[in-house]
Amino acid sequence: MTTMQTSMPARVVHTDTRPLWERLRTNRNWLALWFMLPTAAFLILFLAYPLGLGVWMSFTDERIGRTGVFIGLENYDWLWHDSIFWLSVFNTLLYTIIASAIKFAIGLYLALLLNRHMPFKAMIRAIVLVPFIVPTVLSAIAFWWIYDSQFSIVSWSLIKLGLIDHNINFLGDPNMARASVIFANIWRGVPFVAITLLAGLQTVSPSLYEAATLDGATDWQRFRYITYPLLTPIIAVVMTFSVLFTFTDFQLVWALTRGGPVNATHLMATLSYQRGILSGRLGEGAAIATAMIPFLLAAIAISWFGMQRRKWQQGSDND
Amino acid sequence: MASVQISDVRKSFGGFEVLHGVSIPIEDGAFVVLVGPSGCGKSTLLRMLAGLENITSGTIAIGDRVVNNVQPKERDIAMVFQNYALYPHMTVAQNMGFSLKLRKAEANDISTRVKKAADILDLTPLLDRYPRQLSGGQRQRVAMGRAIVRDPQVFLFDEPLSNLDAKLRVAMRTEIKELHQRLKTTTVYVTHDQIEAMTMADKIVVMHDGIVEQMGSPLELYDQPENQFVAGFIGSPAMNFLNGHLKVNGGQPYVETDNGSRLPISSAPAASDGRPMVYGVRPEHLDLASDGIEAEVAVVEPTGSETQIVARIGSQELIAVFRDRHQVAPGDKIHLRPRAEVAHLFDKDTGRRL
Repeated sequence: MTTMQTSMPARVVHTDTRPLWERLRTNRNWLALWFMLPTAAFLILFLAYPLGLGVWMSFTDERIGRTGVFIGLENYDWLWHDSIFWLSVFNTLLYTIIASAIKFAIGLYLALLLNRHMPFKAMIRAIVLVPFIVPTVLSAIAFWWIYDSQFSIVSWSLIKLGLIDHNINFLGDPNMARASVIFANIWRGVPFVAITLLAGLQTVSPSLYEAATLDGATDWQRFRYITYPLLTPIIAVVMTFSVLFTFTDFQLVWALTRGGPVNATHLMATLSYQRGILSGRLGEGAAIATAMIPFLLAAIAISWFGMQRRKWQQGSDND
Repeated sequence: MASVQISDVRKSFGGFEVLHGVSIPIEDGAFVVLVGPSGCGKSTLLRMLAGLENITSGTIAIGDRVVNNVQPKERDIAMVFQNYALYPHMTVAQNMGFSLKLRKAEANDISTRVKKAADILDLTPLLDRYPRQLSGGQRQRVAMGRAIVRDPQVFLFDEPLSNLDAKLRVAMRTEIKELHQRLKTTTVYVTHDQIEAMTMADKIVVMHDGIVEQMGSPLELYDQPENQFVAGFIGSPAMNFLNGHLKVNGGQPYVETDNGSRLPISSAPAASDGRPMVYGVRPEHLDLASDGIEAEVAVVEPTGSETQIVARIGSQELIAVFRDRHQVAPGDKIHLRPRAEVAHLFDKDTGRRL
């Protein structure tokens, strides 16, 4: 790893007697500050400020059209005893864990498949990316039709094939609805995992596989002892992102079920929107959104410490 | 240990043939170097021997067994790659013991064999390090250690020294040769560097454009190159070639170059008066004299032990190497006299030795 070099070593600065402006003019850190300022301003204005405001709002009883007053932890106390909130936490965890696990499995499988030499490789890779480039809401609307209680193409096909005799109630039954939104999320999320892991696979030198082949490794052993360990850093990164995106998902669920039936698919994000914007109780909505932060931090911490443990990536590069 | 028989091996990629029927016998315990310019097919041949490439036609046998359809892992060979191909996530000890672990050897057995190999290669203090923490030469030794641990029938080396700096390369050359003298395992070594080939090999195989140009001991190739390619490839600085015609004057044959110099030869091939040919003479076989080829000195390059002089005859360059320290400067006119008994003659059209 390279470290950033400053133009003036520390001991030179001590003996430098030039005026402050002269010293600043030649100081690279001073220059760097100005280069970073636009980005920093942007991040503060559009990320840090709204986040801080949201957290502050969760400690007030603000409503749409009325400034709130500080009420301490009252919103959180209220949520603590709210079974719908706990149902949304359960739904979010279920949604995140199942969808992420399956996205990982399918994504890794696709990546391994696409990493092989095969005809029309470039075209197949492009096709895999399609779910990712379609706007979420559009794909959600497509799924809405696919899951429609009367006109579902799935139900229609299965009936024509004689496998079932009545329409499947995809979005009407609580567990069916959960499975349906999870499926839609997986369909959308797999390309990201697959393409990122494919990029990771391509950084593994082919000679390592050849060396392992000569060392007597079978296909499975090559995956187990070479591919998988070398891929873990990128798996950690891609799965962290995947978990964060899934945990905070809003569009798909809102477009498909609006949290129904009977809150069975309400995620923390959708519940927060419903309480905060639609019902106008901004303080309570903000509290639900803020309650997501510990979960997200935990996900980041797990992957961070997972990555810290890999000693082989550290140490000096002696090429 | 085992002998290796490569018989009429061909290799095509798509419709493009890169090896055109190569046959190389390799004796048990020999150190054979495949040498040639880039793209001559030497690495492909080595990879076919390892089982990493299919054999289009012909056979390769290790010991008594034809291995065309034998899986790489069952060929009992070990290979050292150009980029070493060390597993970055394993320590030196794990790298070296990986093949044994895959064969389900006992942990005790693995550690004894790894320690023994580490001892041979002075790797003992590095066993717990990761490849990233090693220098180029150390990585190279780990790669060899990984091969030694398995105690294979044949060692394969694919340009193992080309990623090292010049000084380390010379040191590793000696180390690999010593290792071979100690273990006596049959070794096939691929390089594009003819110095490596000359210094290490029992037998050199010079390859060019998918065929074997010549096989033989280093000095055989140096003294008796079968064709102009081998003559130009082996030896550094390379052999000088002068175009000319064979003349016989009163029973004394000589070669007259296109610009009129007379070059001495010890004997002439029969019935060849007036025949166009190429006269080859190594830089160290040119002497400063009062007669001979007249040339103008262009560059003088002293290396300490010897002095290399680049001289021009018209537009052609001639390189001469002297152990004595002659006082010559660029622009000087000198006369160079080839030693007739070590001059080489090649047919102008076929490049064959005459």
